[in-house]
Amino acid sequence: MATVRVQREDFDAGAEAAALARGRADVGAVVSFVGFCRDDGGRLAALELEHYPGMAEAEMARAAAEAEARWPLLGVTAIHRFGRIAPGEQIVLVAVASAHRGEAFAAAEMLMDFLKTRAPFWKRALMRDGTVGGWVEAREADDASAARWSAADR
Amino acid sequence: MKLIYFAWVRERVGKGEEELDLPPDVVTVGDLIAWLASRGEEYAYAFEKPMAVRAALDKVHAGRGAAIAGAKEVAFFPPMTGG
Repeated sequence: MATVRVQREDFDAGAEAAALARGRADVGAVVSFVGFCRDDGGRLAALELEHYPGMAEAEMARAAAEAEARWPLLGVTAIHRFGRIAPGEQIVLVAVASAHRGEAFAAAEMLMDFLKTRAPFWKRALMRDGTVGGWVEAREADDASAARWSAADR
Repeated sequence: MKLIYFAWVRERVGKGEEELDLPPDVVTVGDLIAWLASRGEEYAYAFEKPMAVRAALDKVHAGRGAAIAGAKEVAFFPPMTGG
């Protein structure tokens, strides 16, 4: 049921969210999240996103399957880009449809937590002065956020 | 066995992938990391903090104790930073 895509090109977040509800009367809620490339200090030219082809799609599909097993969802779309992405551009989308808003909000949040900590993508900073910045470091806060969804607190 | 490296692990090892014949006493992911780290300074650098490197067997996350027998490819990479 879930739609998972890993792609270089941009996506239309509004169209993806709308597609989950189109033509059906049982969807009462669609929650979508879009993550953007952010430049904190005015020095970033772009992020270069590397990924593990095959495993990236597989991990996103596993995360979607876990969400579908946990809540009565009516549709899930997850899209993650790779390659060079400039500040202000979209990087990732999760959109979830359900009958009621609670499941859709929760599932979208869990999907993002799992994508950040389990899907094999790595960001590197390309600076405006032409230098290659460092690899972005993983944040412990993301691990803690993902751990909230562990089976123990079901 | 096919080994694949990503992000700074790839840069430190100096290649994206390679085929290696593993000695018979390399049984687990942890054994493989220890053996690789002994193969030269580029590998020692890549695996200098063994816990900073994650592993996957055939595109599924794997812990240090996972047996590598039967896997077609083993990947090593830093903690993920997507999203």
